[in-house]
Amino acid sequence: MTNSSSNTTVEMTGPRGAKPKRALSPRNIMIYGVLLVVACYYLLPLYVMIATSLKGMPEIRLGNIFAPPVDITFEPWVKAWSQACTGLNCEGLSRGFWNSVRILIPSVAISILIASVNGYALANWKFKGAEVFFTILIFGAFIPYQIMIYPMVIFLRELGLFGKLGGLVLVHTVFGMPILTLLFRNYFTSLPEELFKAARVDGAGFWGIYFRIMLPMSIPIFVVAMILQVTGIWNDFLFGVIYTKPDAYPMTVQLNNIVNSVQGVKEYNVNMAATLLTGVVPLVIYFASGKLFVRGIAAGAVKG
Amino acid sequence: MTSVSIKNLDLNFGSVKVLKQLNLEIDHGEFLVLLGASGCGKSTLLNCIAGLLEVSDGQIHINDKNVTWEEPSDRGIGMVFQSYALYPQMTVKGNLSFGLKNARVPKDEIESRVARAAEILQIEPLLHRKPAALSGGQRQRVAIGRALVRDVDVFLFDEPLSNLDAKLRADLRVEIKRLHQKLHNTMIYVTHDQVEAMTLADRIAIMKEGLIQQLDSPAEIYNRPVNKYVADFIGSPSMNFLDGDMSTKGKFKTGGTEIDLGNYEFVDGPIGAPVWFGFRPEHVIVGEAATSQPFSTKVVAEIVEPMGSDTLVWTSIENQPFRVRVDGQASIKTGDEFLLGFDPARASIFDKENELRV
Ligand SMILES: Nc1ncnc2c1ncn2[C@@H]1O[C@H](COP(=O)(O)OP(=O)(O)OP(=O)(O)O)[C@@H](O)[C@H]1O
Ligand SMILES: [Mg+2]
Repeated sequence: MTNSSSNTTVEMTGPRGAKPKRALSPRNIMIYGVLLVVACYYLLPLYVMIATSLKGMPEIRLGNIFAPPVDITFEPWVKAWSQACTGLNCEGLSRGFWNSVRILIPSVAISILIASVNGYALANWKFKGAEVFFTILIFGAFIPYQIMIYPMVIFLRELGLFGKLGGLVLVHTVFGMPILTLLFRNYFTSLPEELFKAARVDGAGFWGIYFRIMLPMSIPIFVVAMILQVTGIWNDFLFGVIYTKPDAYPMTVQLNNIVNSVQGVKEYNVNMAATLLTGVVPLVIYFASGKLFVRGIAAGAVKG
Repeated sequence: MTSVSIKNLDLNFGSVKVLKQLNLEIDHGEFLVLLGASGCGKSTLLNCIAGLLEVSDGQIHINDKNVTWEEPSDRGIGMVFQSYALYPQMTVKGNLSFGLKNARVPKDEIESRVARAAEILQIEPLLHRKPAALSGGQRQRVAIGRALVRDVDVFLFDEPLSNLDAKLRADLRVEIKRLHQKLHNTMIYVTHDQVEAMTLADRIAIMKEGLIQQLDSPAEIYNRPVNKYVADFIGSPSMNFLDGDMSTKGKFKTGGTEIDLGNYEFVDGPIGAPVWFGFRPEHVIVGEAATSQPFSTKVVAEIVEPMGSDTLVWTSIENQPFRVRVDGQASIKTGDEFLLGFDPARASIFDKENELRV
């Protein structure tokens, strides 16, 4: 035995290499069983909604809500989109949809833009009063916004924006600010400080560093912020009801009005289709950016 | 004419005083190394010079111009960071030219400067890669290049090699030295690696708790440290210290041992007070040759640490630990009795009260 480390074959008995795993161990059955049950529990309502939305009214009256549709019809979807009535007008959800889009795009863009610059300034430029400013912002994140509804009404009235889409955009931008700024600040603090210093030595200014150095490194957190804002603003009902007038109602408010309208028979299939239509936008956003979302959350949102 | 001159610099983080009334003059083309224990304020000083930290008091002059309130990019400095700090989304070329673009340098000028820096640092084949696709050594070279293209007078290095492995560190160390000989810029270099400090520096500044303890050539710092802290900090293995007094003129006495200080160069005459007698392990001579030294004594080897090229032997003199560095081939074993001797002229003696050299 002079050369024990050379490549000669060595006799080996007993366990070797990776430990084999049994596919059907009691543990696995347990885990997958529980997961399956929970998944069904959460998917069942969705199934009922989809099934119902594809049935005609006669079929629904039979009362079998779990039965799959026999006679598939897309009539309820068309009706929900373009004919359902709220009060006097019968344009369906489409008007609400476009209102929501018109509210969503500027609100998301403006709030993310401002919040990211805020977060960047707070994280990297230690200006006078930064700490105080940050504390106030954090405080703002924890105040229930119902408290501010009435002052906001007056504020918008004074600005002449009450009841207009612009007013609602302003409201969404303001209320999204604390949490978004926090999100961006935490992310930017987690980036190496020496990069910022190097850029300063290289002569880049406030905006130069923001656009050329920070922004390209922060795509994941921008995606996170976008998802938070899109879902939050799209699903908002309260602000929509309060700060807009009927012809500017967002989709959620209009959905509520369709579903709760008391005239005539309750068209469950149309209601289900309308609800699904309203929920489609956040769903699409989730599916499209799921991976980036997880990455962004892991990268910045939880670090402090 | 000085290149960088720091006058009565104070820097506080809130109530924590990191730099205290620091003064430093650096000549043109000088290679100055800032050396000190972790947390003594080396990076802080460098950041102040670069303008990345606002000083609490005092002035900073670069090329005889007061730059205390200037922006980092207007100070004529380039900085290389420990973590490289390359812009991850830009190619190597983008990294090198970023500063020049900000300074609105014409395009062909940028091209030629980048090409020159790439040639000096031998990174031409890497110009179109992203930093993520580079090795540590290559990244550090790009980081140096970023300072190089800006044609600055003063280079600031903050532990540029400490993230690299030992071999690469030695290679790049030589490269930095070569770069300095070629460019003749002023370089201020922070490290806590003694070898780097000794090999690179024209002068070394030893810092402790925000104060410069000694600012001298490497040889002077090694041979004539001004206080016990510097003596202890420089040298590996570190200096031996024997606790005793000099009540008899010209003689150091510890326990029953008396060492005649003979031709030791006193700073201001022998004093009769308790002192530390410091002696470097590598200046001790063992075996037959020891008898010819002005001082010699018999000791027992307690621990023997072979390190390849040489061996460290732990013994004691008057029950105080004493390390001796001997040749790697020497045949001293644990428990052996052997003769050691040295010339007290090479010692460093410090007053026990204020720890200053006497
Ligand atoms: N932003 C800060 N706020 C408060 N104290 C700080 C800050 N930055 C540094 N310090 C303190 O200042 C002192 C000097 O820090 P500095 O980074 O200059 O040390 P250093 O000599 O570079 O150490 P190292 O060799 O570990 O890099 C340390 O005690 C540190 O805790
Ligand atoms: Mg440091």
